[in-house]
Amino acid sequence: MAPVTFLEAIRQAMFEEMAADPSVVLIGEDVGVYGGAFKTSEGLLEKFGWERVIDTPISESAIIGAACGMSYLGLRPIAEMQFIDFIACCFNQLTNFVAKGHYLWNAPAPIVVRGPSGGGVHGGPFHSANPEMYFLHTPGLKIVYPSTPYDAKGLLKASIRDNNPVLFFEHKFLYRRIKEELPEGDYTVPLGKAIVRREGKHLTIVSYAAMMHVALEAADALAKDGIEAEVIDLRTLLPLDEETILNSVKKTNKCLVVHEDTKTGGIAGEIAAILSEKAFFDLDGPLVRVTSLDTPVPYAPTLEDAFLPNAQKVFAAAKELNRF
Amino acid sequence: MPGFDTRAKTAKLSRNQYLDLYYYMRLNREVEETMTRLFRQNKIVGGLYSSLGQEAISVGTAYALEKRDWMAPMIRNIGALLVKGVPPRDIFTQHMAKYTSPTKGKDGTSHFGDLDDLHIVSPISMLGDLIPVLTGVAMAGRYLGQKIVSMTWIGDGGSSTGVFHEGLNLAASQKAALVLILENNQWAYSTPVRRQVPLENLADRAKAYGISSYIVDGNDVVTVYSTAKEAVERARAGEGPILIEAKTFRRRGHAQHDPAEYVPREQREYWEKRDPIELYEKFLTQEKLLDAKAKKDVGDKINTLLEKEREFAENSPMPPSETAAEGVYCTGDDCHKIRPKWARPVEELLPPKSSVEPVWLVEGFGRGGSSSGGLAPIHFGDVPAKAAAPPVPEEAPKLVVVKSAKKVAAKKVAPKKPVKKGAR
Repeated sequence: MAPVTFLEAIRQAMFEEMAADPSVVLIGEDVGVYGGAFKTSEGLLEKFGWERVIDTPISESAIIGAACGMSYLGLRPIAEMQFIDFIACCFNQLTNFVAKGHYLWNAPAPIVVRGPSGGGVHGGPFHSANPEMYFLHTPGLKIVYPSTPYDAKGLLKASIRDNNPVLFFEHKFLYRRIKEELPEGDYTVPLGKAIVRREGKHLTIVSYAAMMHVALEAADALAKDGIEAEVIDLRTLLPLDEETILNSVKKTNKCLVVHEDTKTGGIAGEIAAILSEKAFFDLDGPLVRVTSLDTPVPYAPTLEDAFLPNAQKVFAAAKELNRF
Repeated sequence: MPGFDTRAKTAKLSRNQYLDLYYYMRLNREVEETMTRLFRQNKIVGGLYSSLGQEAISVGTAYALEKRDWMAPMIRNIGALLVKGVPPRDIFTQHMAKYTSPTKGKDGTSHFGDLDDLHIVSPISMLGDLIPVLTGVAMAGRYLGQKIVSMTWIGDGGSSTGVFHEGLNLAASQKAALVLILENNQWAYSTPVRRQVPLENLADRAKAYGISSYIVDGNDVVTVYSTAKEAVERARAGEGPILIEAKTFRRRGHAQHDPAEYVPREQREYWEKRDPIELYEKFLTQEKLLDAKAKKDVGDKINTLLEKEREFAENSPMPPSETAAEGVYCTGDDCHKIRPKWARPVEELLPPKSSVEPVWLVEGFGRGGSSSGGLAPIHFGDVPAKAAAPPVPEEAPKLVVVKSAKKVAAKKVAPKKPVKKGAR
């Protein structure tokens, strides 16, 4: 089979789940006739009809509310945010209604909220967000953020089949830039499991989404200097796979976290706390964070480049950490 | 205010229905009176919200629903819960945070639901959120072929939230079978309706979404019920969402702690003279449906029931502290037992059929006898073609002011004739 893009992998996941299960429906802005702003749902309306591919008004709270209500009758709605930045518009619906349902009144809401996230494409301050940490603090939600087409497809399928509300972030920088050959037929990737993308013994680099590729690039450069970095791709942020991180750090004794989200309150801080609680005596150096600046995402390419982490920044930080 | 005349409506209800409405209004009030006593004994853990004087709305509207229908009450809709089949003990245990409560002490007040049997969605404190949720319920019901109606309530205060408008607009654009009861009790906590909304009638909100609305005297249970019944049947027939503004008055404060001294004395006195239960008793007595003995019998029956239910709640344990950490996620095979109940052939919804035969359009969304007029587009064959967007309802907004059932009948909107193909 020919390799497919990240975007096509997502489309395939939705297509296959909808073909297999009539309880799966798609709801969002311009998902039907137009096929989604990035064409992730192209062809779904033709195949499944607009009973199942539902174009809505520009009303993010209503989209999430309706998806949740539909799930109460046994459906498994996928709700699309045209850009993930707009998930802020339905913050209350997600955090107070959807996320708390199972804990409070035994009402699981098996919905997936997915949409294009992340910067690096000069989308500016309202089309480049990484809002995962607003929601990581919300018990009841799951948060998935894949980095490869294989994972995107397998994790989205698993998310649709999961009985909990799942926020599924799709880094738009990856949509058409990476391709991968996918296996024929049905497969899933389990939620809550990180993966070691590159083995190494000198230090651990933890990352996810687009920054995982930056971490790999930096690891290649480090290898030329004789530093073998182990690269962990988190894949799911909530629940976080502590075991994979701890196992690696207990081996390498050093940890660097690189994420595109801003620094303060980013997941690197959470990982630092976990390591400090559970691997304090295994650490030979401080946890190092390579992240975006604590600013909104700026528009001008020169500014956005300064805002984002890159392989050079990771390389330099890793060299520094390796001195311990 | 609309006049108060229930005499015109006697033909509409059976004797049992009249007495049911009476029983549930009395039960609603007595459940709350019992809780007020419990509150004063410090046995209610959190706040207590009263619907004193608004019982006719909760009871009359919920009584218009069938068992298969769905609802999401608000904090002052204890009566609706009782009508839908919730036992009073659930309401007592919820308020007392007992382990035997529907939420096992995780939440209080009327914040609980039942997806499987009673079809009740739990409210949350953020107002308006339930409107899109119940819109989704109605959309799923139609998709599954169930012919259900969903109902939820909002106050004069809640009708100013953004999600009220997002939800109602989505419901209107989807022609969802949603009946929204807007209880205008004239006070959002301490802010009078005049300072919240520059509208004489909140039912005018419906005009913005091209949907039908009614205005009813919320203290007249028969009018409330008759109007809700008509709205429910119109929604079920595919006419889309309907708003009912029920004008009433909040006789207690926002909650028990609030003496509501900001309410003008004359306003309170006016509405206290229009107690919905007393008015209804007068009517039932005139119609010879109720005498002193029957009235006492209802009271005795309720007292006996509530005594038992209250005892159960008081004797129930608090939740064990270790359960605080349980249940955030649905895990394991048994945690999600909701399966879609298809009331139409599932094959219609899977390819290749799904792409060519959107059956629900025929059943009340822009095709056939639908009131929206116009025929929904269908594309044929295997050739991938873009399906067109659903037709937008073209009717002018309908505002039906109900003063008595006679006028309901008189102003009943005639079913729209199907518009010729291409008229859209």
